[in-house]
Amino acid sequence: MEKLLKILSELHPDVDFTNNDELIDEGILDSLDIVTLVTEINAEFDVTIPAEEIIPENFNSAKALMALINKLDEE
Amino acid sequence: MLFTSLGFVVFVAVLLVAYYLFPKKYQWTLLLAASYFFYSFSGLENFAFIIATTLSCFFIAKAIESMRLKEDEYVALNKESMDKDSRKAYRAREKKKRRRLLILGLVLNFGILAVLKYTAFVMGNVNSLLELFGIREMSIPSLLLPMGISFFIFQSTSYLIDVYRAKTYAERNVAKLALFVSFFPQLAQGPISRHADLAPQLCQPHRFESKNVKFGIQRIIWGYFKKLVIADRILVAIKFLIDNTGAYSGAYTFVLIILYSIEIYADFTGGIDITIGIAEAMGIKVTENFKRPFSSGSTKEYWNRWHITMGSWFTDYIFYPLSVSKPMMKLSKTSRKRLGAVVGKRIPVYLATAATWFLTGLWHGAAWNFIV
Repeated sequence: MEKLLKILSELHPDVDFTNNDELIDEGILDSLDIVTLVTEINAEFDVTIPAEEIIPENFNSAKALMALINKLDEE
Repeated sequence: MLFTSLGFVVFVAVLLVAYYLFPKKYQWTLLLAASYFFYSFSGLENFAFIIATTLSCFFIAKAIESMRLKEDEYVALNKESMDKDSRKAYRAREKKKRRRLLILGLVLNFGILAVLKYTAFVMGNVNSLLELFGIREMSIPSLLLPMGISFFIFQSTSYLIDVYRAKTYAERNVAKLALFVSFFPQLAQGPISRHADLAPQLCQPHRFESKNVKFGIQRIIWGYFKKLVIADRILVAIKFLIDNTGAYSGAYTFVLIILYSIEIYADFTGGIDITIGIAEAMGIKVTENFKRPFSSGSTKEYWNRWHITMGSWFTDYIFYPLSVSKPMMKLSKTSRKRLGAVVGKRIPVYLATAATWFLTGLWHGAAWNFIV
């Protein structure tokens, strides 16, 4: 989780990623951020997030994103 | 049949009355008949295209869904005997098979669109090149573009991709898919709806509710006001200024730009208001396509509020798949090693953005001015 929080805070240093669970709904992360995130996750976790998993529910919070990474790793 | 013709207004009025008098269970069949009746005015020969799209998407989506269900069943049955790696490998193999089917559907449908919409453009460019080398030019066939083809092909392919991604269900009844593809209020100019949002509403029974009809008709009238009173009046001034650019230059050009922006906005959003209003009067909620785009604080925000359903189509089906594709991830990793982490992580964003805007331009029209 720490690795993911580090990636996120590099994108937006001023956002509290630990507690915010409306990252997409509030417009904090846009489509360009999402692609950068997917690229970073691919490099750091060796997990490829497919396009069909790019939905608000998976990117609204760091927790949801971590759950997605774990799920994809498990599958 | 144009939205602004008297015939269309009469058609909608008659349909609305008939819709609520019809047995609720079969209201959707009336909508399908009305949509095909509306489409027939664009030329009976055009049915070949809309039917080809409907049938190809119907059968391919059904096949994709049944393959996925079989895969899940197989994995569930062999849960004990399969380890993580063999399960992953099996799922990857099955996904590949489904992807082949999806690609077949996409090539078929975009192939039709490409041939009809871009043949003249491509051949025109080839002719320009041939001319440079002094070779005799080819004659360009004149192909008529069936009404709404860009919209119904985009909507149908989004259905196909959503079934592949398990975001919606595959239709079991071909007539229900035919209605989703041809729903007449949005056939000519969108919005481009998603199957999971629109299809269940189209086919469910709708009781008469005065609130829906009242608000729907208000929205329709507002749409006509924007189209006929604002846009069409401004168009007279625009035409005059364009025809007389010699006499009216300088500040007039600035006025022309402002007028043209208002005209496009009023005409396009007016049409969408009519679409949404007609659907609302029948109890059907169509996705909003504009959210006061001219009050945006940045260009980024503007593109999120103008022609929203087209923007999200390109984001979901072109931008994301392209930027997170395996080759792009590989390219990102390579450039990370050679050019540094900052460039490496940005490469997919830049390339996918450029490709998406190129295709968006091409979608708007087969000419270089749309691409540039």
